[in-house]
Amino acid sequence: MLRVFPFFLQAAWVTIQLSVLSCAMGLVCGALGAAARLSRSPALRFTGATYVSVIRGTPALIQVFILYFGGPQIGIQLEAFEAGVLALGFNIGAYMTETMRGAIISVDRGQNEAARTLGLSRFETFRSVILPQALRLMIRPLGVNINALIKGTALVAAISVVELTYTAQRYIGSTYKPFEMFFLAGSIYMVIIYVTGLGVSWLDRRVALK
Amino acid sequence: MSDRPIIDIRHAAKSYGSLEVLKDISLQVQTGQIVAIIGPSGSGKSTLLRAINDLDPLSSGEVWLDDIQVNKALPTRQYETHINSVRQNIGMVFQHFNLFPHLSVRDNITLAPKMLKGISKAEADQLAVEQLNKVGLLDRIDYYPSQLSGGQKQRVAIARALAMKPKVMLFDEATSALDPELVEEVNLVMKQLAEEHMTMIIVTHEMGFAQDVCDRVLFMDQGVVVEEGPPDVIFRNPANERTKNFLRKHLKGQH
Repeated sequence: MLRVFPFFLQAAWVTIQLSVLSCAMGLVCGALGAAARLSRSPALRFTGATYVSVIRGTPALIQVFILYFGGPQIGIQLEAFEAGVLALGFNIGAYMTETMRGAIISVDRGQNEAARTLGLSRFETFRSVILPQALRLMIRPLGVNINALIKGTALVAAISVVELTYTAQRYIGSTYKPFEMFFLAGSIYMVIIYVTGLGVSWLDRRVALK
Repeated sequence: MSDRPIIDIRHAAKSYGSLEVLKDISLQVQTGQIVAIIGPSGSGKSTLLRAINDLDPLSSGEVWLDDIQVNKALPTRQYETHINSVRQNIGMVFQHFNLFPHLSVRDNITLAPKMLKGISKAEADQLAVEQLNKVGLLDRIDYYPSQLSGGQKQRVAIARALAMKPKVMLFDEATSALDPELVEEVNLVMKQLAEEHMTMIIVTHEMGFAQDVCDRVLFMDQGVVVEEGPPDVIFRNPANERTKNFLRKHLKGQH
């Protein structure tokens, strides 16, 4: 156990990098997706809706495989880690699209009316009135998305990214202790998720309405 | 043209599918006039009020604010610019206050003036102080909406609308969501505005207040103005049977 621990810590670092990078990408995709789904343009709304239903309608593992194994066929050659980040980020972005959209449309309609009757434009209303309230509403549900994302990083073990799950599998071969190896990997996931959860709660409290 | 009405509604009509909520309504309001619109729910009175700043666009007809047509037919972009500048002149107060919960009372009041009139922070603060003084809530300037009572929220909402120095104020059942004991403080603020000759159009269920404060009363039912006139006539001696019925039901139990 002690002998393999440093390797697990290294692997945990890879899992954290995967999580952080794909989370950042997911937030960008989510914001763009939500903007598209709430747009006045039918073409953008259609694009956003298609993104969400395709991604949510297919297994994340298939998406990872398509990008990593299918990519080269159409000229996209990626390292496993890069493919992992892109696929996971693009995947979680679809869920985040719905989270952000949900938060934005659940801000009371009266807020929009009040701002518009004062003479604020659509954009000014969104920026100063709707978004600040929507951000508060979306922190916790985005936390749920991020929780799913962190656990979802285990999928990229299937394309040989040396993260926690892959590392656990690898050391079963030399230790013959699958219970201990998976238990250790699981425990580290839990620590990462627990700490992330604390961060989300902290952020949520910080921006709570007075 | 000094007697041009500040608000001029010409043949306003609106329908949702086959449901006609406004049927050919015309209404002129002179500067300084205070008009109450009463009537049963579903009569179209809120829809008419919300048509004045194009919050609920009409199906046909025109709304004029002084010499500007509010609901001008323009391409989307131009219309947006047009309506945003028109709305700065029309204050609106809602039944549910619609204060911005993430902003302090001060910021609720100064948000729009700062953004739209390019005034400095000091000027904005001065403006907030002035307007809060007017509604008697200066001591609440750094509170948040959730820390205020319903009556106080509505007074802040009035101050927020006044901070844009509107030419007209629209009140959409401003006291309907308030506990009975909080109604009076809002009524007092509205009375004070009346004394300052603010032009006001007030959709209300409070007959007593309409009678006290307004110059004219419109009774609406099923999308038409059934009867209109000075409050004394409408409340004491209505001519129309529907008006009589409505008032009989409504004045019962009111003192």
